[in-house]
Parts: sequence; structure tokens; C-alpha cells
Amino acid sequence: MSATTPVIELRNVDKSFGPIDVLHEISLKVRAGEVLCLLGDNGAGKSTLIKTLAGVHAPTRGEILVDGEPVTFSGPKDAQNRGIATVHQFGGTYPLMSVGRNFFMGEEPTIGFGPFKIFDRKTANKIAVEEVQKMGITRITDGDRLVGGLSGGERQSLAIARAVYFGARVLILDEPTAALGVKQAAHVLRIVNEAKRRGLAVIFITHQVMHAMTVGDHFAVLIRGAIAADFRKGEKTREEITDLMAGGETMADLEASIEGYMETHDGHAPQMNTAG
Amino acid sequence: MDMISSLLRRPATPSILSLIGVLVFYVIFGGVDLDRLSGAASWVNYAARIGIVALPVALLMISGEIDISIGAMIPAGAMTTAIIAGHYGLPMGVAILGALAIGVVVGLFNGILATRTSVPTLIITLGTLVAMQGIVLAGSKLLTGGASVPLTSPAWAKTIFGDFIFGGSHQVVILWWVVLTAVFWFLAHLSKYGNWIFAMGGDKVSARNAGIPVDLITILLFVGTATSASFVGMCHAILFNSAQVSGGMNDIFNIVVSVVVGGVLLTGGFGSIIGVFVGTITFAIVIKGIDFTAIDRNWANLIIGVMLLAAVAMNETFRKKAMTAVTKKKKG
Ligand SMILES: Nc1ncnc2c1ncn2[C@@H]1O[C@H](COP(=O)(O)OP(=O)(O)OP(=O)(O)O)[C@@H](O)[C@H]1O
Ligand SMILES: [Mg+2]
Repeated sequence: MSATTPVIELRNVDKSFGPIDVLHEISLKVRAGEVLCLLGDNGAGKSTLIKTLAGVHAPTRGEILVDGEPVTFSGPKDAQNRGIATVHQFGGTYPLMSVGRNFFMGEEPTIGFGPFKIFDRKTANKIAVEEVQKMGITRITDGDRLVGGLSGGERQSLAIARAVYFGARVLILDEPTAALGVKQAAHVLRIVNEAKRRGLAVIFITHQVMHAMTVGDHFAVLIRGAIAADFRKGEKTREEITDLMAGGETMADLEASIEGYMETHDGHAPQMNTAG
Repeated sequence: MDMISSLLRRPATPSILSLIGVLVFYVIFGGVDLDRLSGAASWVNYAARIGIVALPVALLMISGEIDISIGAMIPAGAMTTAIIAGHYGLPMGVAILGALAIGVVVGLFNGILATRTSVPTLIITLGTLVAMQGIVLAGSKLLTGGASVPLTSPAWAKTIFGDFIFGGSHQVVILWWVVLTAVFWFLAHLSKYGNWIFAMGGDKVSARNAGIPVDLITILLFVGTATSASFVGMCHAILFNSAQVSGGMNDIFNIVVSVVVGGVLLTGGFGSIIGVFVGTITFAIVIKGIDFTAIDRNWANLIIGVMLLAAVAMNETFRKKAMTAVTKKKKG
């Protein structure tokens, strides 16, 4: 595989849910060892885009290429089998199940034969703990521990460790740092860098400019389902990126519009209206 | 100390505590003779009857769904057996297949509706419950002209499904219950499919994203509940040489209560087969064991109500405890 063939590429992908058009003409490339940061306001279509990449949704039009070959995913499992691992924005772990069972969900190691195959709890726990520790979460030492007792960052790390262990070549992370404190977010960012160092292609979604700038090599900004900007590290300043993330309006414009609103509405700030 | 705290985190523990509580209560306030109680068949027979259905219902509830149409499926299985073998005089093998087939059909219907629509399964199965009651009543009247049908069973059918064992008054369904408990225990806790069912109850969307065939498993679980209920009905028709249209409604509550007392969370994702086994025994002892006490049997429902509330409260605290538990390295 030549260094110039993207591991995953989208060409003019559209996605509609019935009459609602969510994605328009999306074209993107991600290469091995590269982090693509996908930025955009609430409801811009980021989660929809990555669900399309993860095989959850089929694109309405356009094509997805893996290693330069056009592919159609029959479902999430198919995408995983092709090395595309996704840590979705919501869910992904089962709080009332153990670390070992979570780690191997859908890929259970078994011992025994025929109808008497049993889940190999010892092996599962051992590998799960090892892999999570490799990611730097040394506080997890017992594979029988329930995931519901872990912190948000530990859970994210578990999900990422799982993806890496199952041979992911493309790692897609939908807002993995959203609910995390400073330290835990830093930890997840370190894991992203580690994945990149191991040669994975990473697609990283975040609302935090600082997080994006820390790990990103390449940035794409989504506004109302279309790519509004596509640039590489160092090509734009933090302020420019922030403005783009606010939906293309500059912070100055936003502030002006809030002031204007307050003048015409007896000094009340406008209601926040978030979608998605 | 460490052992006690790890024991407290096991999903079967609340049901064991309930059982001990009920026994202590019966001994102290009811003057029950534990020897006589443990030798009695009435509560074991009853436990087997509801326990065979409680097992698949537990799996279904762990997966986050519920099936109340089982209430109509017990009489449906009994009537199908009696109509085919008794009224029409066809071979017992045909009757057995017929009774199981009606369970499979209703289970498929429930399961397919549950996966194709977003209607809560409580409502879907409430619909099939009432519809099946109508079908069984009207169908029996239409075909046999009555609501009670006698039948005679060949010796082999009696031996396998409807006889007494140990030369006493224990029914052969007890053996079925024990064997099925082992099968379900294997399925839920040792096989990978159990993992998938727990995951479905924990987070259905994530389970689907992990590649688990959520719809197929849901349909199979519904087939399991409906078929086990028609199986129990069939066994009873064979045992008592007759089937009646009435009955079965109480079973819905008794079975669901046994499952909840057995430590299965109503919201899904947590529970154990051993717990459900013990929960069923506890329930049967309350209902049938009260005859061995000095307590008026009308109080049994009060005890069940208290036990149910205690179980729900315990399940909730145990779930919290299980989540916050930090076990130390030494034991793997
Ligand atoms: N299954 C669906 N059916 C219809 N509309 C949908 C569906 N999924 C998403 N949408 C719509 O698509 C738009 C984009 O949603 P999406 O979840 O992709 O946004 P997002 O960029 O991830 O936002 P956030 O930053 O809040 O996570 C929203 O308007 C949403 O309502
Ligand atoms: Mg999103």
C-alpha cells in the first residue's frame, strides 16, 4: 500500500433521512498515521457522518472507499471486519457488565466444543486488563469489575483499547472528551496520539478547539451537513477555527447579534436553541 | 469479611435473602415444621409449573422486554393438547407438536411485532394476551361445544410429561424444571449468547452496533416464553386428563413476581438464573407453604406484596453496590 492511498475516503456522499437532507456532497480522505478532526456545531451532521462510515447508515448517494476500493457496508459488523472501529457519542459500554465481558462484546473468546462452548472469562479478563493498562489506565486491575463503576475517561479508554486490540485501522471517536475533566481528557488525547503513532487513521470529533489543535493533523469543518472548510495543521489560527466551529459566523458577529436581540427584547438574552 | 461483601454483590443474593426471610417468618410466626414443609409436594409442583415459564421470561426481561401473553398461552397449550388428542382422538405426538407449535407461532408474532414496531412489548403482548384468550375460548366452543375437554394419554406421554415421580405426589415437571434451569443457566452465564442478551438489556443500540443480531435474539426469546408456557399447559392437560379454558391469568403476575424476587432488574441488563430459581421457590413457598403454618392463607398475598417491594428495593441497592464495588487485585 503506497503512502498516498488514503485508508478511508468519502466521495460526494449524501445522506438523507426521508425528506431530511443531513449530509451534502461530503468528500474526505484520511491516511494511516493521520488524525482528522471533524468540527462543527450541534446538529451539523458529524455523528451522522461517522455513523455512515461505521456502517450504521448506508449513504444515500456517493461512495466510500477503503484502501482505494469502493465498498458498501452491510452493517456495523461488516465495517468492523474491514478495520473500521467506532466509539460512538452515546453508549458503547454496558454499565452492569464486567470489564472483560464489555471488552469482548460480540467477539467472545470461548473454550470447549460444539454446543458446549463457554465464554472464556479468565482469558477475556486477562487480555482486557492488559490492553486497558497499556493505554495507561493502571487503576483497572480486575476484569470482573463492573464498567458502571468506572469513570467516564476510563470507559472511553476501554472502548478505544478494545478497538485497537481488534485490529482497527481506522479509529473513529465521536466526542470522546465531551464529558471529561481536564485530566481525563488529556488522557484520551494521549491515547489518540498513541493510536496515531501505531499507524492508525483516526477521525476525531470534538467541540473543543484546544483538543482538536492538540492532536489534529488535518481539519474539516461541517456546517449544515456540508464541508465548509478543509485545512491542515498550522494553516489557520485558533480564532479562525473557533469562528468556523460556531457555524461560520465570527464570534464578533455572534456577540453583535446577541446585543441586537437584547435591545429588541427588553434586555433578555436569546433562548439557546440546540439541535441534535 | 471480604467474602461477605463480594457475596453481597452477586445478583442472586437478594432472592436468597428473601427465601431465608420467608422461612424465618413462617417458623417464628407460623410454627411451621420445616421437615414437613421440605417433604411436601404441593409447593414444589407449583414452583415447577411457574418456574419453567419464569426461566425464559427472566432471559427476556434481562434483554429489556416483557411478555405477559404467557397468561393465555398456558391454557392455550392445554386446550390444544386436549382438543387434538381428546376431542379428535388424534395421536398424542400430534397433540404435543400442536401445543408447541401454537407457542412458536404466538412467540414469532410477538417477536416480529416487537422488532418491527416501536410499540412497547408490554402493550404488544397485552394485545396477544387478550386476543389469545378470545381465540382459545371461542375456538374451544366452536370445535368442541364446551369449555372443558377430557383426554386420555398413552403411557409414554404420561411418563414423560404428566406423571408422579418417587412414587409420591411430586410431578414429573419438577425434573423438567431442574433440567431447564441448568440449560438456561448455561445459556445465560456461560455461553456467549448470554453475554449478548445482557448487552441488549444494557444498551440495545450499542449491542446492535457491536454486531449482535438483536432482532433475531429478541424473536427467539419471545418464542421461548410463549412455547414454554404452552409446554406447561400441555403437561397439565396430560397429568389431569383434561383441560379447561379458564385459568392462567394469575400466572402472569406470579411468574413476573418470581422473576423480580429472583433479582432481575425490571429495566433489564441484570439478573441471574440461580436467583430466578430461588425466587420461584420463595414465591411457591409463600403461596403453598402457608398451608403448613398457623397463618390464615389469605395473608399470603400481603406477604407477596411486601416481598415484591422489598425485592425491588434490594435489586436497586444491589445494582448500585455492584457498580461502585472496587475489588482488589488478589482474586481474579
Ligand atoms: N435517524 C435520523 N432521522 C432523521 N434525522 C436525523 C437522524 N439522525 C440525525 N438526524 C438529524 O441530522 C442532523 C445532524 O445530526 P447529528 O447527530 O449528525 O449532529 P452532530 O453534528 O453530531 O451534533 P452534536 O454536536 O450535537 O452531536 C440533526 O438535525 C438531526 O436531527
Ligand atoms: Mg454528534
